Amino acid sequence: MSDKMHIKLKVNGEDREFLAEPRELLIYALREHLDLTGPHVGCDTSHCGACTVTIDGKSVKSCTMFVAQANGAEITTIEGIGQPDALHVLQESFREHHGLQCGFCTPGMITRATKLLEENPDPTEEDIRFGMAGNICRCTGYQNIVKSIQAAATEMNSAKEAAE
Amino acid sequence: MNDMTPDRDDRSANLKGMGCSRKRVEDVRFTQGKGNYVDDVKLPGMLHGDFVRSPYAHARIKSINTEAAMALDGVVAVLTAEDLAPLNLHWMPTLAGDKQMVLADGKVLFQGQEVAFVVARDRYVAADAVELVEVDYEELPVLVDPFEALQSDVVLREDLEPGADGAHGPRKHHNHIFLWEAGDEATTNQVLENAEVVAEETMYYHRTHPCPLETCGSVASMDKVNGKLTLWGTFQAPHVVRTVASLLSGIEEHNIRVISPDIGGGFGNKVGVYPGYVCSIVASIVTGKPVKWIEDRMENLMSTAFARDYWMTGRISATKEGKITGLHCHVTADHGAFDACADPTKYPAGFMNICTGSYDIPVAYLGVDGVYTNKAPGGVSYRCSFRVTEAVYFIERMIEVLAIELNMDAAELRRINFIKKEQFPYKAALGWEYDSGDYHTAWDKALKTVEYDALRREQAERIEAFKRGETRKLMGIGLSFFTEIVGAGPVKNCDILGMGMFDSCEIRIHPTGSAIARLGTISQGQGHATTFAQILASETGIPADSITIEEGDTDTAPYGLGTYGSRSTPVAGAATALAGRKIRAKAQMIAAYLLEVHDDDVEFDVDRFVVKGAPERFKTMKEIAYAAYNQAIPGVEPGLEAVSYYDPPNMTYPFGAYVCVMDIDVDTGVPEIRRFYALDDCGTRINPMIIEGQVHGGLTEALAVALGQEIAYDDLGNVKTGTLMDFFLPTAWETPNYETDHTVTPSPHHPIGAKGVGESPHVGGVPCFSNAVQDAFRAFGLRHTHMPHDHWRIWKTANDLGLHG
Amino acid sequence: MIPAAFEYHRPADMADVIALLEEHGDDARVMAGGHSLIPMMKLRMAEIPHLIDLQDVAGLKGITVADGRVTLGAMVTQHELIQHQGLADAAPILREAALVIADPQVRYMGTVGGNVANGDPGNDMPGLMQCLDAEFTLVGPDGERTVSARDFCEAAYMTEREDEEVLTAISFDAPAGGYAYEKQKRKIGDYATAAAAVILQKDGGTCTAASIAMTNLSDVPVWSEAAGEALTGTTVDAAAVSAAVQAVLDDIDPVEDNRGPVAFKRHVAGIILTRAIQRAWDRA
Repeated sequence: MSDKMHIKLKVNGEDREFLAEPRELLIYALREHLDLTGPHVGCDTSHCGACTVTIDGKSVKSCTMFVAQANGAEITTIEGIGQPDALHVLQESFREHHGLQCGFCTPGMITRATKLLEENPDPTEEDIRFGMAGNICRCTGYQNIVKSIQAAATEMNSAKEAAE
Repeated sequence: MNDMTPDRDDRSANLKGMGCSRKRVEDVRFTQGKGNYVDDVKLPGMLHGDFVRSPYAHARIKSINTEAAMALDGVVAVLTAEDLAPLNLHWMPTLAGDKQMVLADGKVLFQGQEVAFVVARDRYVAADAVELVEVDYEELPVLVDPFEALQSDVVLREDLEPGADGAHGPRKHHNHIFLWEAGDEATTNQVLENAEVVAEETMYYHRTHPCPLETCGSVASMDKVNGKLTLWGTFQAPHVVRTVASLLSGIEEHNIRVISPDIGGGFGNKVGVYPGYVCSIVASIVTGKPVKWIEDRMENLMSTAFARDYWMTGRISATKEGKITGLHCHVTADHGAFDACADPTKYPAGFMNICTGSYDIPVAYLGVDGVYTNKAPGGVSYRCSFRVTEAVYFIERMIEVLAIELNMDAAELRRINFIKKEQFPYKAALGWEYDSGDYHTAWDKALKTVEYDALRREQAERIEAFKRGETRKLMGIGLSFFTEIVGAGPVKNCDILGMGMFDSCEIRIHPTGSAIARLGTISQGQGHATTFAQILASETGIPADSITIEEGDTDTAPYGLGTYGSRSTPVAGAATALAGRKIRAKAQMIAAYLLEVHDDDVEFDVDRFVVKGAPERFKTMKEIAYAAYNQAIPGVEPGLEAVSYYDPPNMTYPFGAYVCVMDIDVDTGVPEIRRFYALDDCGTRINPMIIEGQVHGGLTEALAVALGQEIAYDDLGNVKTGTLMDFFLPTAWETPNYETDHTVTPSPHHPIGAKGVGESPHVGGVPCFSNAVQDAFRAFGLRHTHMPHDHWRIWKTANDLGLHG
Repeated sequence: MIPAAFEYHRPADMADVIALLEEHGDDARVMAGGHSLIPMMKLRMAEIPHLIDLQDVAGLKGITVADGRVTLGAMVTQHELIQHQGLADAAPILREAALVIADPQVRYMGTVGGNVANGDPGNDMPGLMQCLDAEFTLVGPDGERTVSARDFCEAAYMTEREDEEVLTAISFDAPAGGYAYEKQKRKIGDYATAAAAVILQKDGGTCTAASIAMTNLSDVPVWSEAAGEALTGTTVDAAAVSAAVQAVLDDIDPVEDNRGPVAFKRHVAGIILTRAIQRAWDRA
């Protein structure tokens, strides 16, 4: 075992510090040191995206990043995306359009979708399917996930227009 | 007052009862990352377990040295079969009447088999210690082919007495498990011999795996002070797990609490009892601390719960006009190293004898030979009722092959052989009594919607264009018509380890008119908390939003057999409706008392009881609930609760008609799904939104299985598809949009007429996708080619047919 | 899946990186995005006592396009390759290729340097760089040197790079003419069953130069000089394409895996190449 490192992260807007072995995977560090159990481990090999978080503005599979690599980074997990009394449009939309079933992929799915809509606020169905292809869902067959994201995009765009 | 009373339709809408697309209550927490899955369980002092697994498919264990692992800082225990033997836990019973090693006892029989269990301070130390356990293996000859296994001198299961009967009768070879038969073989053979037309085909339904996104795992916590064991885990049948845990450990059942928290998908993977569960319990008992075991994806694919692996040979006979006269089916079933199939006790091949499908076949025979090989145990029903995917694939391929033999359109061949509406209830040749159906209506609707005749014309034009060298893409039209058999019981036929396959609901109405209901099932994404509340809302008049549904905690929920085989709605859903009716019956007495009329003079109206003929005189369920707790009503016990244990009189038989249109690139073997139409008849529809979601999901799992998803082994028994790089789970990019449709033929014996739907799209989807691929090549002489239809196998089909010039 | 323990280093400049590599020799490895290395470590197929994270090392990032020459810092990610408009104008084949690598999350982390440096025959960038006749800049204890992409790969996971060297940059002349990157894979996230990178130059109706490289059809990427020659001077008619395909088939040596047997891969290689040539020619 190697020595533990002092890890400092800004997670969901809060500064967090803890000791961890460098080899600890970011996903486990978030889940076990910080009790952020929203992101999950699905495949272990960066194929499924259940562990997706946003790190310094990038969508990242946190099962394939060592906590040491993330040291100093700013991270957003599903827990930082909306609050119970102020859900993110995507969170509402996934419920509205039945974009989830067992819920295991959902945190990674929604976290990725927030970034996708930042990159491309007005995506076509093909854009969504391609932009979400790093996230596997075993339950929904994706059709309602695509619908949820499309609807959220429309809503976010009209809210933006209204504000302007 | 009447002016204030909401309109009847509004009251009805407020209930959010059956038939409406109620939004799911589960989603509020899931969308915020607040689900509670087993790996989220974190207890003070919790240790982590990890397995040493066999790299070999068949080997004798000469020695296991745990010294170096034990010496590692942070390692608390290393368990081997030797440690479990004194507790008699080194083997455990399987659901199929066999037994299975918990930890390798002298030899290993499949790659990835559990050899030792390391318990350590955290998952990192545990993983390091696994590397330090030294196991000395002596390799033995490997059998991965069931036909070879039945000929081989190599004895896989040395623990079984040669020549002794197995759990399902005589064994004809030391690697043979059982022969299970249904129907009348002599008559069937006679019919086949004298038939005008006979089509014969052998098809391999490859080994695959349910692969839910969450792997299996458990957390065991033995409280030595109180003598209580709490076990959290990914259990599709928590109550059965409690009973098994009690029988195995000797801990009395009241001292065991099993909790299935949120489950990240099951699809059959989480029905069985796995060595990891047992080892986490033993480790907690040994260490006195909570022990967590979570398998990784590779372990999941290699060791827990494969599905399918059936070699099926069929012979089907018909008149020249295409009327089917007989069906013979023989299956060689590869069960792997232990017979750990998750089937009802009396059905070692599940309900494979539904293989006469949706057709009126006068005589039939089925024989299934189960065989041991050096592959992982399992044989679970992956998103289907017990072996029904195999059965439906078999008959839907046999129909296609017969159509080729008869030079007939496969849609028409189906139509002329369907069981007719007026024949229901229909007694099938292999024993089942189909409760209801209207196949012709569904089929006609499907073919009309997709404009079937136009599709065939387009296909014919494409073939001509292909022959002229104008295109390299062929067009396939996949058809499938399936009948499922879901909702086991009845108890007289179906049990799991002796537990009858009933299910249950217990409901309590609170004084203020809200309620909690608990069931013996457990949702894995099906939305039980939403839909069961809808059933109760319609039955009791209490709004669904005021009803909490709880499942999965054996200390609080009534005993039930769990969720798999689409049995939740047919069985627990019925229990729920009946418990609701008991509530209503008592409410009626209370209402009559409050309204000062005779019981028979009030009637139920959406959310209240009204005096017959005087609708202005009523008591709402809310008022009745309050009265149940605050008034002394002569002859009526206080409170408002009900329990129902439901033993279904028969299974339910959902059905559906699917059509897939596919383009196939002959040169690369790449298929493209152009259109998929799915008509499902699941009887009464409780929540159309959830039904549609189930159909999308089941079809996508069908697409995966048909087009590439397999657990493949090499000749040495090495798993070749151990990660998601090779094990095909489609992403949004590979998945098409689906068109859904329905007819409604309620089940005549189910209290609300519902039949179950979660698995239908998988059962019907696999043959539909496969038939589309195969249909594309029919004009060029293809009769049958095995799944999975991945690029190279499609390419090979084209190549074998000479389509590459 | 838990990797073995390691010591973690995050140096800020190349001198420190080289010093660490010299100190620890075989026990040290540099890591860029980590999306090839970390899965190997988690599977315990790679044990690396000293892991050197390059993320803070100055001078490894950035895309420059100047005077017809493109330079990519080794730490440029696939995502950046896709997003960079200057690059899309100068060498659009990079975007086309990067889009068929892995998935969005992986492309955010995966770097072009990591993709070429580890010598994985499944990776797409090494073949593409051979097609572009790129040069790799290697920095080591003895300073800097350049190696041609076409000379870089020796065998699977074996390259010209010495253990204590780091690949820091990739540069190539912005290609003229038509281009195509064509890849067949089983699904998102898969390596190629076969992939072809093609760049063609056209003058009038004649092909004046052609560069063709294939991916995952041998233990190294295959740049087929003969295939290029088969097209050069022709009108890229059926006979020329067929000659190019034949030349490639003579050069590749695929092995059977879960994607399929050798005969299938060879056939698909020919089809994919044909399509790539046609698309590149249409764009030329």
